[in-house]
Amino acid sequence: MLFRQFIAMFKARTMEFVRDRGTFVWNLIMPIFLVLGMAFAFSGGESALFKVGVSGTPPPGMPFMGMEQAQFIPYEGADGLANAMQKLERHQIDMVLDFGNSQYAINAESSKGRLLRTLFTAQQDSATGTHTTFTERTVIGRATRYVDWLVPGVIGMNMMFSSLFGVGYVIVRYRKNGVLKRFKATPVHALNFVAAQAASRLVIVLATSVFVYAGTNLFLGFMMRGSYMLLLALTTLGILCMIALGLVFASRMKSEEMAGGLLNVITFPMLALSGVFFSLEGSPPILRTISYAFPLTHFTEAARKIMIDGAGIAQIAPNLLFLGGATIVFLVLSSALFKWE
Amino acid sequence: MPRRLAACYLVKMSDILRVENLTKHFGTVKAVDGVSFGIPEGICFGLLGPNGAGKTTTIEMLEGITEPTSGRVLFKDSPIDRNFKKKIGIQFQSTALPEFITVRETIELFSSFYPSSRSIDEVVRLCSLEDILERDNRKLSGGQRQRMLLALAILPKPEIVFLDEPTTGLDPQARRNFWELIGRIKAEHTTILLTTHYMDEAELLCDRIAIMDRGAIMAIDTPDVLLATHFEGVLIRLPYDKCCDESLADLPGVDIRDDVLELQTTTLDTSLKALLAAHVNLEGLSIHKPNLEDLFIKLTGSSLRT
Repeated sequence: MLFRQFIAMFKARTMEFVRDRGTFVWNLIMPIFLVLGMAFAFSGGESALFKVGVSGTPPPGMPFMGMEQAQFIPYEGADGLANAMQKLERHQIDMVLDFGNSQYAINAESSKGRLLRTLFTAQQDSATGTHTTFTERTVIGRATRYVDWLVPGVIGMNMMFSSLFGVGYVIVRYRKNGVLKRFKATPVHALNFVAAQAASRLVIVLATSVFVYAGTNLFLGFMMRGSYMLLLALTTLGILCMIALGLVFASRMKSEEMAGGLLNVITFPMLALSGVFFSLEGSPPILRTISYAFPLTHFTEAARKIMIDGAGIAQIAPNLLFLGGATIVFLVLSSALFKWE
Repeated sequence: MPRRLAACYLVKMSDILRVENLTKHFGTVKAVDGVSFGIPEGICFGLLGPNGAGKTTTIEMLEGITEPTSGRVLFKDSPIDRNFKKKIGIQFQSTALPEFITVRETIELFSSFYPSSRSIDEVVRLCSLEDILERDNRKLSGGQRQRMLLALAILPKPEIVFLDEPTTGLDPQARRNFWELIGRIKAEHTTILLTTHYMDEAELLCDRIAIMDRGAIMAIDTPDVLLATHFEGVLIRLPYDKCCDESLADLPGVDIRDDVLELQTTTLDTSLKALLAAHVNLEGLSIHKPNLEDLFIKLTGSSLRT
């Protein structure tokens, strides 16, 4: 009985979404254009021309170390060296100087690396006095482009809008124009109704996110070092969290304008501070703390860890815990507050 | 001055729904003020009154949609509970429907909410939905929507059907069609509770009527008894400019209100001659059998349509 009601309401809501051409097309086309457009717009460079990882202590007065166009990043110990080599493979740094082993390493696929090699060896050759001979070590690895970094955030942003507005706004509209009141007049339980709305939205957002990812992947060829299954699980949890947040909004509000306004007030800071478009590395600590209160931040961070760093479930556990906990809190809150009218 | 009748309700064994001292306050506004009555099973019961009388608030408390401030509603002698909703059908005064789904799909959706419901064919036949079955909810006209909402209300084969102002906003033809549909439901001997501000609708459809104004019930009975109790004969009405007050002073049964003169009489010929003799201008004279509108004016001093 309960299940029959649930399935019927799930079906009705999903049909409503699919047949609303405007919304359906918007939900698919917009994020695709967004990803492509952003990739174009943000294809500029970064501030420091070169990034050089340094392990061990350089001899004092080495001219190369005084180069202004380079940012020298220290990496301590054996772990640090391994870390540096990994970053070199991913083109996140351009050269590694290992003074302990008298070795330098570059990425064979990087033109910056070759330039640095030329500079370094020229400096070595022209140095007066005794100097140690450095051996060369090359690595290969694909570059992480801005797009690879950006995509998880953009998909997350789309998920957020779709979940919040698709669930929150729609239920408020139903409440305002009397559809909810008509449901109240039937034996349907409020929780069953809400669960069906959430499930419908979950399936829709998951499907569109997968579609957008797969579609844009054809053009842009995203870097994916981790497990697709884990990414899918993370995405599902992220969507659930956003839907639950949307349900909190939908629990009582009667005015669409107010709902829309409030949703914008929440989504705009989330967008700005969750690290979707620019990294918060180096911004004031208070902003970083605030950003960790947003579900979108955790999703984006974990998705990037999976895609770019090939992280496993252990590394993204804190993010998963936050998302899961937030989902539960939002669900409890919305069911306590829900009113048909 | 509005006169209130003492609360009197019938305590028949066959009362399917009974209301005891029902009250609803919204802040300081007393929307419903101590209303009591009983509805016998199988009849069509009407709540007649102008806009703002408290009809919708009353019916929504009976449906279990709104919580009363005090008083209680009894269904077959027990207070209404969660199971009540499975046995009743409701048509609200204004309802939006989920968009982008068809009439057929909406009926299937609501069908799933009830343990047992009528077949689609039966509902289509009863409510004349053949021509709009595959139409999107957004594309229904007012009359078509009301037919659809009626279908949703009778879907679970309810024991009571609540209709809140079902023909408000419909054109005369659509209203007549709708009355025919209600007639089909009446033929099944389902108990119907109807609210309306249309006197012709109340007179035509309802077996018993409660007249309501400002949150209180003025009178309850069958239309015939109500009219017979308060009126005799016919009603003469004409516009009056206070020309002949003195000559009219001796004429019995004359009621002068604003610029309208009313005279109830069982001897039409005599009364008309008396008016002529008093030199009253008879332009705009009308004569009719008293109806519920006249009753309402008599009871409350204002008309049904404000």
